[in-house]
Amino acid sequence: MRIVNVENKFEYMSNDIAVRIEHLGKMYRLGEVGTGTISHDLNRWIARIRGKEDPFTKIGEINDRTSKSESEYVWALRDITFDIRKGDVVGIIGRNGAGKSTLLKLLSKVTKPTTGRININGRIASLLEVGTGFHPEMTGRENIFLNGAIMGMTKREIKAKFDEIVDFAGVERYVDTPVKRYSSGMYVRLAFAVAAHLEPEILIVDEVLAVGDNEFQKRCLGKMKDVSERDGRTVLFVSHNMGAISNLCNSCLYLRNGTFVNYGDTDKIISEYMKSSNDSGGISEDDSPAFPGQRVKIRKVRVTDESGNTVSEITNNQSVYAELTADVLIEDRGYDIYFELSHLQYGILFRSTLKDTRPDSYDNYILREGRYVFRIPLPLNFLRGGAYSIKAAATIPNKQYLDMFKWETPFTIIDVMSPIAITGEDRWGSIVPVLEWEEMSVENHKENVNI
Amino acid sequence: MSGKATSTAAEHWTEIISPKTNMFHLPLKEVWRYRDLLFLLVRREYVASYKQTILGPIWVLLQPLLTSLMFIIVFSRIAGIGTDGVPEWLFYLAGLTLWNYFAECLNKTATVFKDNATIFGKVYFPRLIMPLSIIVANFIRFGIQFLLFLVIWLYYLFFTDSAIQPNWVILLLPFFICLMGALSLGMGLIISSLTTKYRDLIFLLTFGVQLLMYATPVIYPLSGMGEKYKIFILANPMTSVIEAFRYSFLGSGVLSWAGLVYSFVCSIVVLAVGAIVFNKVEKGFMDTV
Repeated sequence: MRIVNVENKFEYMSNDIAVRIEHLGKMYRLGEVGTGTISHDLNRWIARIRGKEDPFTKIGEINDRTSKSESEYVWALRDITFDIRKGDVVGIIGRNGAGKSTLLKLLSKVTKPTTGRININGRIASLLEVGTGFHPEMTGRENIFLNGAIMGMTKREIKAKFDEIVDFAGVERYVDTPVKRYSSGMYVRLAFAVAAHLEPEILIVDEVLAVGDNEFQKRCLGKMKDVSERDGRTVLFVSHNMGAISNLCNSCLYLRNGTFVNYGDTDKIISEYMKSSNDSGGISEDDSPAFPGQRVKIRKVRVTDESGNTVSEITNNQSVYAELTADVLIEDRGYDIYFELSHLQYGILFRSTLKDTRPDSYDNYILREGRYVFRIPLPLNFLRGGAYSIKAAATIPNKQYLDMFKWETPFTIIDVMSPIAITGEDRWGSIVPVLEWEEMSVENHKENVNI
Repeated sequence: MSGKATSTAAEHWTEIISPKTNMFHLPLKEVWRYRDLLFLLVRREYVASYKQTILGPIWVLLQPLLTSLMFIIVFSRIAGIGTDGVPEWLFYLAGLTLWNYFAECLNKTATVFKDNATIFGKVYFPRLIMPLSIIVANFIRFGIQFLLFLVIWLYYLFFTDSAIQPNWVILLLPFFICLMGALSLGMGLIISSLTTKYRDLIFLLTFGVQLLMYATPVIYPLSGMGEKYKIFILANPMTSVIEAFRYSFLGSGVLSWAGLVYSFVCSIVVLAVGAIVFNKVEKGFMDTV
């Protein structure tokens, strides 16, 4: 009798779990692939014949991109074990190189693990990149079918959803036009629309939100929320945008250098992540080469104090600056550079742009070639304490993006002087402006009160 | 009892991803589930190749015609290699139509990982779909070129007094086509699997296929071959197929049953090996490409 109970419980548990990951590991080979592999292959093969362990798995080390690795092999992911329950929306966070994308790749079967295993309950679909397989010469209609089929839908399933997809993307008039004539916005919308209508039990999303305008991003987030809340599907979501993660996800997985750090409640994990990433916070740099023809490239985002030192944590009784370094590679007029300040919990608070300082003449304002460093004081008089991040981009307003800085630069403001810090009260709202309360008049209501 | 119950509970997973995969387990069921994708990919191949070209699909016909013309001038007229008494156009077209199918299938499947690395890197579907779609797309192409051959063949058959003698072996045509498809698919799978690791093979392939044509009786009849080298030509599994094809439509050429059985066995073995190797490589190739 007792045994039966245990069995039932076990059955219930495994039914309740969408994905179970056990000791998952993925090893990559660094450097030039294709040279010397024949000798390695031979070594491996001989070792296997002699019943020994693979001679190259031993020299792998954890994936720390800051220190130069000694061996040719590196663990992009090592010994990850956790369960995802059905209906959970799981955010996967960690810095670049933490193994987030590798994990998604393994889950979506794009590549296979080196060790461990993944057990899956239900159909998985991934949005590692929307629009996979889109062919520019083919019409919107043809591409919907092709793309849907690539993602695992049958023709009949796509047919049933066709109108819905076209409607969501808002391209009714152009379904029979080759997609190369689409605007980039339409292209992305169509691609996402196909993906969003896959209806898998488990949906994997990787930074789709980096594309498209704000309105479209909102729609994608909305669709994801729909998918998880209304239909009870499981979603795995990788993003650097902590606002979106805390908004959408009920639990979070935190990876560092390919190893498991923690898994649990979103708020708890995010604050753990922010705390540890702040050790090296306050600055992000991009040394990667500009792509050919790129006009502006943002190089560095820093948070500094009065004397120009990088700070990752600062009290709000001193001055704090955002410092943006950008290379103008091709001189032209009309460039704009902006940054957005986000609060971890409340999302984007505001955007500040270069053209604000000359709203009348920015169209004619020429940025000559060279390296520019801008310093912008942050308005501490209304920011509450907490974890913040800065994201920067260069644009030609209303026309195109010139560069989008890859990382958010995290930093923490410690509130030591605002009224709520002084009184210790808890208050709602994303900002805490101190406004002047003017007493206009006082009427004596004493008589009324007495009645 | 309890052990059994536990194991069924563990089998609730719809899918298990692990490093070790059985190399003999071909995902044929999955391929069948993705059959719609196969035909959409074939369609894409066509749209992609012929949109915005002036002549469009006519190129499919022009190519064998111009090549045949070239062969007639160079090999028949200048070099004086005989065509077994068959009209030159028919002789070269017969060889070329078949050879093109084989060569195109082989060339395209051999680079399937390289050509589709971006798609393969982003989304999973049974990789076997890609080479299969190439075989099907080329089959359509072959069909068009074969129709061209038929038209010219009918012209010679009814409007000229040339000595072509079609016979019942024509009925084996579907078998020849399947055989070539299997052979090129198998070879393509093997080469594509190897090229993910050893890139040099791609260079070897491009001129290898060209060279192989000269080791196949495309531009010369097998009967014109000296005994000394005949054995090498016969070792090529494509030889008996092309010869049998010529024999069936034109009445010239060597119909060798032993040769056909040899080709058949070859293509089955090559296809089996190809499928196994491909199956093994496809799961991890993203890390090496």
